Amino acid sequence: MIRIEDLTFKVEEDGQEKEIISGLSLTLPDNAFVAVTGPNGGGKSTLARLIAGIEHPTSGHIYMDDVEITDLSVTERAKLGISFAFQQPVRFKGLNVLDLIRIAAGKELSVADACLYLSEVGLCARDYINREVNASLSGGELKRIEIATVLARNTKMSVFDEPEAGIDLWSFQNLIEVFRKMRQETHGTILIISHQERILDIADEIVVVSNGKIRTQGKKADILPELLSSGDAVGTCAKF
Amino acid sequence: MDSIEKRIIAEVADLHEVPEGAYNFRVNGQTDSRVSTENIEISPKEDGSGIVIRIAPFTKKESVHIPVVLSMSGIKETVYNDFYVGEGADVVIVAGCGIHNCGNQDSEHDGIHRFFIEKDAHVKYVEKHYGEGDGDGKRILNPGTEVTMGENSFLEMEMVQIKGVDSTVRKSTAHLAAGAELIVRERLMTHGDQVAVSEYEVNLDGEGASTNVISRSVARDRSRQTFISKIYGNAKSSGHSECDAIIMDDARINAIPEVAANSPDAALIHEAAIGKIAGEQITKLMTLGLTREEAEEQIVNGFLK
Repeated sequence: MIRIEDLTFKVEEDGQEKEIISGLSLTLPDNAFVAVTGPNGGGKSTLARLIAGIEHPTSGHIYMDDVEITDLSVTERAKLGISFAFQQPVRFKGLNVLDLIRIAAGKELSVADACLYLSEVGLCARDYINREVNASLSGGELKRIEIATVLARNTKMSVFDEPEAGIDLWSFQNLIEVFRKMRQETHGTILIISHQERILDIADEIVVVSNGKIRTQGKKADILPELLSSGDAVGTCAKF
Repeated sequence: MDSIEKRIIAEVADLHEVPEGAYNFRVNGQTDSRVSTENIEISPKEDGSGIVIRIAPFTKKESVHIPVVLSMSGIKETVYNDFYVGEGADVVIVAGCGIHNCGNQDSEHDGIHRFFIEKDAHVKYVEKHYGEGDGDGKRILNPGTEVTMGENSFLEMEMVQIKGVDSTVRKSTAHLAAGAELIVRERLMTHGDQVAVSEYEVNLDGEGASTNVISRSVARDRSRQTFISKIYGNAKSSGHSECDAIIMDDARINAIPEVAANSPDAALIHEAAIGKIAGEQITKLMTLGLTREEAEEQIVNGFLK
C-alpha cells in the first residue's frame, strides 16, 4: 500500500515559484488498479515521479506499507518494490534488450524466460532480444520494451507514466491487452497515468488530478461516465 | 612461462592453453615458443628485429596468435612484424600485448605491424592491450600498423585497450586498392592519468574501395584521449568514420576527424560525438534497482562491449 500525505512540490520558473503539486493526499491500496487522469500540466506525471523518487517533494510524506520513503533514493525505492515506466523511454548505446530485461529481473534470466516478457507486450521476441536499445527502435517498440522491464521486475507497485503516449493505433490495442492481463493476474498495485478512455475503463479506481490537487476520485463506475460527459478524459485536440 | 605471464596471455589473446594453428609467444624480449603450420610459416627476421608471417594463398579458416608479454620491469623494445597474406586466404590473426609492471622502471613495447594483403583475401585482426602491476614504472605501448590491401580484399581490425596502459600512441595507415574494404573497430577506456592517442589514416586509392572506422571510448578520472581519423577518397569510393565517446570525471577528449575527397566520386562521412552519460540513462537503471555507480558501470560496459 502507498499512502501519500499532504504532498507539495514547487519549482522555480522564470524566477517565480510555481506549485506543481499542492497538498495532495492519496492512498493506493494493495493490488488496486488506479488510473490517474486530468488535463495536461495538471501534475500527473510529477506525482508519478515523486512516487518513484525521481523528484523529491518540497513538503509532505510518502509511505509504503507504513514505512516512510519520502527521503529514499530511486534505487532504495526500487529495491523496496516500486517500478516506474517512463513516458519517454530512455535509449542506450550498447545495452541490448536482453541486458535491460536481465537488469530489471535482477538475475541471469535465460533467453527463453526474457522472451516471455517481450511476448507479453506483443513483440516477436527473437527479433528483438539482441537489438540495441537505441535510436533504431521505434517509439512504440521502445515503449513496449519499457513495459516489459516493469513486468520483469514483478514488484508490489508499478507506476506507468502515459503508456499510450507515442504508440500507434495497432500497438495500442496490444497495450490494452497487456494491462487487461495485468489487471486479471493482479501484479501488485498498479498506477497508470493516462488520458485514454479504454485504459481508464480497466481501472478499479480513477483519480482526476488538476492544478496539483485531486479534483475528484472514486470507483470507475462513478467517475468514468462523469468524465466522458465533461470531455476531460479525451485528448486536448478532441475538445476543440 | 610463469602463472602471471600465462594470465596475461589469457587477457590479451583469450588463450588459456596452447592455441591450435600457428603461434609465436614473445615473453620479456625473447621468443618463448613458436610453431608454424603447413600453410602459415612464422620465421625470425635475419636482423633479429621481429618476425615474418607468411600465409599461403587460399589458406582457409586458420588462425595465427602472436601475443607479447612483458612481466619484467624496465624492458623497452621495438618489434617489426610483417604479415604476408596470400591471395584468397581467409584467416584470423590475434596479436596483443600485456604488461605486468611491479617495478619502478618503465616498461615499453612498440610493435610495428605491416600487412600485405593479396587480392580476395579475408582477414580478421584482433589486437588487445592490457596493463597491470602496482609499481611506479609506467606501462607504455606504442603500436603502429601499416596496411596494404589488394583488390577486393577485406580486413577487419578490432583494437581493444580497456585497462591499465599508461601511455599509448597508436598510428595506423592503410592503402586500399579497387574493391578493398577495411573495417576498424576501436574500443578504448582510459583511467587515472593515462594518455591515449589513436590515429587512423585510410587512403581509398582504388575504385570501389570502402572503409568504416568506428571508435567507442570512455575517458575517466584525469585521463586524456585524442582520436584522429583521416579518410582520403582518391577514387570513386566510400568512407565513414565515427567517434563516440563518454567523458567522465575530469577527463579530456579530442576528436579530430578529417575527410578529404580527392575525387568527385568519393562519398565520405564523419561523425563525432562526445558527452557525459545522460542523466536519464542512470535514472532509468536506478528505477530497475541499480545504484548510481552500478548504473554507470553497466552503461560503460555496454558501450564498450
